[in-house]
Amino acid sequence: MDLTYSPGDQAFRAEARAWLDAHVPAAPLPSLETEEGFAAHRAWEAGLAADRWSVVSWPLAYGGRDCGLVRWLVFEEEYWAAGAPGRVGQNGVNLLAPTLFDHGTEEQRARILPPMARGEVVWAQAWSEPEAGSDLASLRSRAVRADGGWLLSGQKTWSSRAAFADRAFGLFRSEPDTPKPHQGLTYLMFDLRAPGVTVRPIGRLDGKPAFAELFLDEVFVPDEDVIGEPGSGWRVAMSTAGNERGLTLRAPGRFLASADRLAALWHERGRDPYTRDRVADAVIGARAYRLFTYAAASRFLEGEPLGPESSLNKVFWSEYDIALHETALDLLGGEGEAADAGGGWGEGYVFSLAGPIYAGTNEIQRDIIAERLLGLPKGRR
Amino acid sequence: MRFLLDPEQTAFARSLDALLTAADTPAAVRSWGAGDHAAGRALWSRIADLGVFALAVPEAYEGLGPRPVEVAVAFVELGRHAVPGPSVETVAAAALLSEPRLAHLAKRFLPGVASGGTVMTLALPGGGPYVLDGDVADVELGVGVTGAGELRVAREAAGPEGGTSRVRRSLDPARRLCLPRPGGELLATGPPVVAGAAHAVRWARLATAAQALGVGLALLDRTVAYVKQRSQFGVPVGSFQAVRHRLADAKIALEFARPLVLGAALSLDPADVAAAKVAACEAAYATARTALQLHGAIGYTAEYDLSLWLTRARALRSAWGSPGECRAVVLGDGADAGFG
Ligand SMILES: Cc1cc2nc3c(=O)[nH]c(=O)nc-3n(C[C@H](O)[C@H](O)[C@H](O)COP(=O)(O)OP(=O)(O)OC[C@H]3O[C@@H](n4cnc5c(N)ncnc54)[C@H](O)[C@@H]3O)c2cc1C
Repeated sequence: MDLTYSPGDQAFRAEARAWLDAHVPAAPLPSLETEEGFAAHRAWEAGLAADRWSVVSWPLAYGGRDCGLVRWLVFEEEYWAAGAPGRVGQNGVNLLAPTLFDHGTEEQRARILPPMARGEVVWAQAWSEPEAGSDLASLRSRAVRADGGWLLSGQKTWSSRAAFADRAFGLFRSEPDTPKPHQGLTYLMFDLRAPGVTVRPIGRLDGKPAFAELFLDEVFVPDEDVIGEPGSGWRVAMSTAGNERGLTLRAPGRFLASADRLAALWHERGRDPYTRDRVADAVIGARAYRLFTYAAASRFLEGEPLGPESSLNKVFWSEYDIALHETALDLLGGEGEAADAGGGWGEGYVFSLAGPIYAGTNEIQRDIIAERLLGLPKGRR
Repeated sequence: MRFLLDPEQTAFARSLDALLTAADTPAAVRSWGAGDHAAGRALWSRIADLGVFALAVPEAYEGLGPRPVEVAVAFVELGRHAVPGPSVETVAAAALLSEPRLAHLAKRFLPGVASGGTVMTLALPGGGPYVLDGDVADVELGVGVTGAGELRVAREAAGPEGGTSRVRRSLDPARRLCLPRPGGELLATGPPVVAGAAHAVRWARLATAAQALGVGLALLDRTVAYVKQRSQFGVPVGSFQAVRHRLADAKIALEFARPLVLGAALSLDPADVAAAKVAACEAAYATARTALQLHGAIGYTAEYDLSLWLTRARALRSAWGSPGECRAVVLGDGADAGFG
């Protein structure tokens, strides 16, 4: 049982910190949910990639540093502590890339990963449909066999950042008459600017086009853009879902940095007695999440799969994130009403509100915890 | 970097669990609360034989420690079985007397703690107004609240003069609260006492947090088992989503408190220890509320064993620093041990 870093890990931390100190922009970038912000974030990620900091855990060949889980955690702590920008490429980096490592071909990895690492090709996740939310397997968009590939038709929705992104990945029904809904699905990648694709941005609560609806009308996708075997898309997609909820979606460094900023704000604001306990809880929660993640990483490094424990993570961070931002806004008092309230708290608050909804709603996660971790009987859903 | 218990630590927890499962601990808890300490003292000796108290005592005084991680592991098990008695206080007293400048006192008291022969209790600034189980402990220590620090032994060797009249009932019937005795032999004064007392508060909070975590885990286990076998409307109540989701929330709170307790044992930093105390006690208390609700009326009875953990969860929340006091320490806004 120990929490000390090896000299190599410490040197890595120092190197990351020095680079970030020299490069993190002094003023925050514009919101990445705007066209101008999107461009600014792409440029930032290109700079990160130039010095191999955009995807530290990937193999060298694809632009990474081939560093293990502990160094990835260390890097994330430094990244967020330095006040570096949110990642526009995160859907690709956190969701598609792990899927390609597990199920893609060598050709796909070589073609897709390096431009993803550089922010040149930004990816959107096209899973949800108007009639397929929590019950994702009920999806109806089709993939029909064509010469050398597939024709995609149907409607996807809530696709984060699709308003400005370049390509998307998602599930399509390739065999219409299977006995079970999660059979006969194929996992494909497609171009958001291909003929037959219409992207309609949707404003989130604050009106920013943070996600979009996609209308697909016989969009051609070549065979090279199928991930895994046609028909086995559900299995491929579920390995991505595990990543999303588990270790990679929310590194503890992000919350540690936010909790530090909140505590500093509280001290600056005269140690406001009304928010004191909630500020303390934010500090405690960030520490708990960090240590929980270190324990999970330690188990993972010893060969244990992540499994349903990721559902504990997902509910914890999503509720934590809201509480943290609500506390900051309350501490700011009347100033907290301003959408651009100091320190990005307003923007962060709007973003946090969606946490319990995406990546599998918290109700669905609690069902997984109840059945698979507590062994409770299956209920009527 | 390997933030996981090693196989010996896991095996130690298992053997303690096996001992306490076989020992009919609930009966010992009940008789302790009724003022009959024989079964509880017998249990204490067996726990000591496994080395639990020796882990808090330095090797120089016939102990195996100090080993805070192992102490935390042990206290999770003591909590899981609702073991009665001033175990937290005994460990805290050992921490106080381990202050290097109090070596003469260590020699006098600590070998007895390590062997299990001496049950200790103590009152410290930062620890609340009562001494726990002051009617039964062999040694009662008190630290004066004056800035200079003054350590006294208020009583040595248990005897009938313990005086049950001093006992106030706790919300947890198995915890017997006494007002500190005035006077007694002056053992030490000055900075060593102040430093030792601050150290003792950290150990007390750590052990309390671990014990609370164990209490919460036991409440969750028992409730999960109950809702699987209790049927209403023709199905197990555990198949209702409102029930399942409350238990899932309890599981989340407890599983995120656990690493805080172990992390605090590694660092013994006052803010880390306070954070662990807040998280573990809040998680245990929330689990107690859930456990009571999901048991229905049977959970609300003293006859049913669930009550032993329900009332313990409430008591531990205020023991050795209220949630508010501990949160203040987390923010660097409060005193660690009450000396300002
Ligand atoms: C900001 C944001 C970004 C998103 N980004 C993407 C993206 O990039 N790509 C993508 O594909 N999707 C994305 N989504 C969609 C997201 O995955 C879905 O919103 C989610 O799966 C829930 O589906 P739904 O919204 O249709 O809600 P529904 O499934 O209709 O659920 C409505 C309510 O009913 C509850 N409910 C449903 N079933 C059960 C049950 N069995 N037990 C208990 N309660 C239940 C839900 O928990 C929820 O509270 C995003 C959503 C948001 C808010």
